[in-house]
Amino acid sequence: MATRAEITSGLGEILEEVAGVNPDDVAEEKSFTDDLDVDSLSMVEVVVAAEEKFGVKIPDNEVQNLKTVGDAVSYIEANS
Amino acid sequence: MSGLLAGKRLLVTGVITDASIAFSVAKLAQENGAQVVLTGFGRLSLVERIAKRLPEPAPVIELDVTNPEQLAGLADKVREHVDGLDGVVHSVGFAPQSCLGGGFLDAPWEDVATALHVSTYSYKSLATACLPLMGRGGAVVGLTFDAQLAWPVYDWMGVAKAGLESASRYLALHLGKHGIRSNLVSAGPLRTMAAKSIPGFEQFEDAWVQRAPLGWDLSDQESAARACLALLSDWFPATTGEIVHVDGGFHAVGA
Repeated sequence: MATRAEITSGLGEILEEVAGVNPDDVAEEKSFTDDLDVDSLSMVEVVVAAEEKFGVKIPDNEVQNLKTVGDAVSYIEANS
Repeated sequence: MSGLLAGKRLLVTGVITDASIAFSVAKLAQENGAQVVLTGFGRLSLVERIAKRLPEPAPVIELDVTNPEQLAGLADKVREHVDGLDGVVHSVGFAPQSCLGGGFLDAPWEDVATALHVSTYSYKSLATACLPLMGRGGAVVGLTFDAQLAWPVYDWMGVAKAGLESASRYLALHLGKHGIRSNLVSAGPLRTMAAKSIPGFEQFEDAWVQRAPLGWDLSDQESAARACLALLSDWFPATTGEIVHVDGGFHAVGA
């Protein structure tokens, strides 16, 4: 079971690889679209990569609730 | 390997997520004995991740269906993986935002041209690019959305689909002498990435679910995929230029 900090750091690696986000900018309060400029197709790939990295299934209807990095961390923490 | 498509070699375009109709086609085809090669566009890294979710990880070839050089090089790229093709699945469509969502009267020609190039002309382009790999008994299958009627918000994409339906008949006409069939599956609305990019798509979801005699499941890509498999198989040997509706029967009934 990964800690929140470990999940955040893992998401940072994915965001860097998939969307060219500087991992230093990735923090729980940051919004994927407004703060990190992740477009919708990039977000799809972030979700797919996160599913693989953390062994979770993130259904489409959940993805729309994941506005911030912290939302994603909480979902992964609760479901992995 | 046994199965409906045992020994068949397929090229499948249009996989972008595991909700893509093309993903269901590729998955079912593999489960039924086919060897599958995918093409991807734009986010190739995403397509490659999704390709790994198939029962057998499938190779991915980059293909922009509007790029003449990539089309010209496609047959050689496919040959790196399979020695020929028995079937080609066209599951490609795009329209700029101006062309969808009610902007029919204002969409500029340049945007409409893009929609027609990617969604209509590409059916012919893909087929001819693959022709050197195909022999008698081969099949081309595409995906349409019933273009006999005008739909809310679908706008120029609907015109592009009407063109696609006609293009499939002409492809049937011109490829008949090679023994190659061209058929389309007309699926009801499905919640794919493509659907998400249509503003107001939900407007006809409810009507479909309620009116279709068999009902309609907006997340059942497999029904459309099964029809694609049937048309790719040897079980429709004398059918070409046809459109098979996989829509719960919606097209057949009035209010």
